[in-house]
Amino acid sequence: MTASLYGAVLLAALAAGAAYADEDADLVVNGEIEMTVRAPAPDHVEGLSEIMSGWLFRSDETQAVQMDDFDNPGMIFVDAGRETFNAEIGADGESCASCHEGPETLADVRPTYPKWDPERETVQTVEMQVNECVTERMNLPEWKYTGDDMVNMTALLASAARGKPVDVAIDGPAQSTWEQGKEMYYTRYGQLELSCANCHEDNYGNNIRADHLSQGQINGFPTYRLKNAKLNAVQSRFKGCIRDTRAETFSPGSAEFVALELYVASRGNGLSVEGPSVRN
Amino acid sequence: MAENVRPRVKVPSTADAGGTVTIKTLISHQMESGQRKDDNGETIPRSIINRFVVDFNGENVIDVKMEPAISTNPYFEFEAKVPESGTFSFTWYDDDGSVYEDSKDITVS
Repeated sequence: MTASLYGAVLLAALAAGAAYADEDADLVVNGEIEMTVRAPAPDHVEGLSEIMSGWLFRSDETQAVQMDDFDNPGMIFVDAGRETFNAEIGADGESCASCHEGPETLADVRPTYPKWDPERETVQTVEMQVNECVTERMNLPEWKYTGDDMVNMTALLASAARGKPVDVAIDGPAQSTWEQGKEMYYTRYGQLELSCANCHEDNYGNNIRADHLSQGQINGFPTYRLKNAKLNAVQSRFKGCIRDTRAETFSPGSAEFVALELYVASRGNGLSVEGPSVRN
Repeated sequence: MAENVRPRVKVPSTADAGGTVTIKTLISHQMESGQRKDDNGETIPRSIINRFVVDFNGENVIDVKMEPAISTNPYFEFEAKVPESGTFSFTWYDDDGSVYEDSKDITVS
């Protein structure tokens, strides 16, 4: 009796252990791209001492899927993005490749966006920048902010920048937008009255029911999620988070989400660009 | 009609004589089950990869019959014993009659 009870307890302990992630792991993709998955928190992040990639909070199996491009289903969408990049889709037969030599020459884009655009006098996300090219240089109707074409293209741009540290500017003309994003991050939304910080700053590492809370870093976006078997744009994730607080959400592409994206990106300054990452 | 179908395979370029190698294959395909309905309530017709075959130097290695419950972008990983240098050929059969092929050479040292 005692022995079997002990056995059951041991089993339960093992099962609980298996659910937890290996937070000491190091991420090297394809055996060559070394990623920074933990770094000292930037000075402007008061609530954290160390910043950690969401990869560290996932199970061993999910972590492994991201370590090899063949296993990473997100790379399928990168290939689709590459096809679009080279396709002559513009009104007069322009392609992305007619201006940009290749995605590799755009490796500085993902780490530094959202970024102040002096011409438009606003903070632009990668999606807004892509749409500027699509509408003004290719004379096409604008792409849906979180549509397939757009997510594939942002995945391509992220993959070209993998391993580079996130480095968004928060001072100068972008500062007021950044302040707005910070305000949102600490504002409690919805019937559950939850702010981003309640989960991702105060309780990362803990479980919220079955979910292992990460710091909510966005260096791995767009992210291939096992739950919906597709790439997810960062602002779609914001929408999901705010919806989960039982609030009316903002729309992807709205000024609010652009500000939030700038602020959340700045919390990950120093982590490597991982997109397309794999999460559950 | 399936769109954006692209097969991909990963085979080591060399192997030890008589040793086993791990082969990974993936084909991007929507694997529409035929069970779902669109916004108008019409059934979306089934469109899947229904068979996957691997041969080595003309000899069959695996032959898989695939069913509608298999997820999008089907992935197969298996081990194969390689007796001699040669070519793995991979073939996927689509419901619409399309056949997708790929092949990889392997050298036994």
